[in-house]
Amino acid sequence: MQAAWLILTLDAELIEITLRSLQVTVTAVVISAAIGLPLGAWLAVNRFAFRRHVIAVLNALMGLPPVVVGLIVYVMLSRSGPFGVFGLLFTPTAMIIAQIIIVTPLIASIAHQVIRDLWSEYHDLLISLNTTKTQRIKTLLWDGRRALLTACLAGFGRGIGEVGAIMIVGGNIDNVTRVLTTAIALETGKGNFALALGLGFVLIGLAIAVNVLIHNLSRTERSSQW
Amino acid sequence: MRNLAIFLFSLLPAVAMADTLRMAVTTSFHNSGLSDILLPAVEEDTGITVQLLVVGTGQALRLGRAGDVDAVLVHARAAEEAFVGTGHATHRREIMYNDFVLIGPAEDPADIAGAESAADALRRIATSGAVFVSRGDESGTHQKELELWFAAGLAPDGFGPAYRSVGAGMGATLNTASGMNAYLLADRASWLNFGNKGDLALLYAGDPALFNQYAYLPVNPARHPHVPADLTERLENWLAGPRAKTLIDGYMLNGEPLFTHNARN
Repeated sequence: MQAAWLILTLDAELIEITLRSLQVTVTAVVISAAIGLPLGAWLAVNRFAFRRHVIAVLNALMGLPPVVVGLIVYVMLSRSGPFGVFGLLFTPTAMIIAQIIIVTPLIASIAHQVIRDLWSEYHDLLISLNTTKTQRIKTLLWDGRRALLTACLAGFGRGIGEVGAIMIVGGNIDNVTRVLTTAIALETGKGNFALALGLGFVLIGLAIAVNVLIHNLSRTERSSQW
Repeated sequence: MRNLAIFLFSLLPAVAMADTLRMAVTTSFHNSGLSDILLPAVEEDTGITVQLLVVGTGQALRLGRAGDVDAVLVHARAAEEAFVGTGHATHRREIMYNDFVLIGPAEDPADIAGAESAADALRRIATSGAVFVSRGDESGTHQKELELWFAAGLAPDGFGPAYRSVGAGMGATLNTASGMNAYLLADRASWLNFGNKGDLALLYAGDPALFNQYAYLPVNPARHPHVPADLTERLENWLAGPRAKTLIDGYMLNGEPLFTHNARN
């Protein structure tokens, strides 16, 4: 009831928390895609020693436990840690760093699988056109863009619902690092289940809205293209 | 892509770090709702924006030791004195107190409502074999609980499955106890503010051993040069001052006063 009221009245704090959730995860996904997509494509078109092992490790890292990532980032960014001088702990930047570490292997791994299939199809053509490696990677990334977008959305899904890492490195500070998931954890702790559930529905709605928006923008599932 | 970058940039919070202080506080202080009353007043009077990290006392002190916060407001005297003793804080300033209470199933199978002291109440819980949920996270409440078991001449290690250490904050522990209909030790503020009481009820309170003193400890700037010593001092003076006294003493929940200001000037 209370939650419905907050949403209907567009409560300023709820909007702020929701926007911060979006800001942290979208930034993390954009950076992760910038690293993960070329990395996945590079792994697909290159042959080198231990390639299979690298790919196996990358796949395993998809299941990286967020709470461990949070702990490692925390230790690194703490004032008594190696990067302490930057004072990044308990800031949105720290949360973005943690989410990049969580999301990048997921995007890279899915990208690798998508590009590998595409590469087997394009292999002869791209070789016969005497393309450079960079050109091949660019072509494959462009032609696989729809499936790669799904990889990014999977990364977004993993990031937006994540609480273990951002709770540790963000600290759930009101007005600074509180996001939807940490707010849900806080309200559950206070026994305010109704409000926590309401926030949960906002989170689910947000995830759906972002996915629908991206699908509309990329014109997937449209008449002649599906 | 460029539009996206602009969008993300516009979302970045305006970083006005001028007079910002990071303080680790206990869950009980925050869950009571008192922080929502005090912080706007602090900002109004001193211009300091206080960022709160809500954690257990043990973790709050560790954050202070690492220099990740500028001050702590906690409630575990022995641990606080050790913190000052090792030079992590310059001093310890008592601010206010409330009390711990024993919560349990309303039908009270261990009959602790009739106990003579807090230690006696715990002894009754132990002999009855009723389930007891412990914070188990080195928080101030957990340390107080261990102190009480010790005073009762009992060691919780030997209780077996009836003693459940959950290693969680006050709220999560209350939720667990509510689900299992178990006994637990809580601070009064968290209990009054808790929204999922179920069959639980406040069964025992009032023993002086359940006194719960909160103290403010500014992190030593000699160890962590980035700590703004002038701000931590300004905040301390405000917390010990008359406006804080009025707000803290006047804060009521369901008609009950929660905290008593007792800072000495």
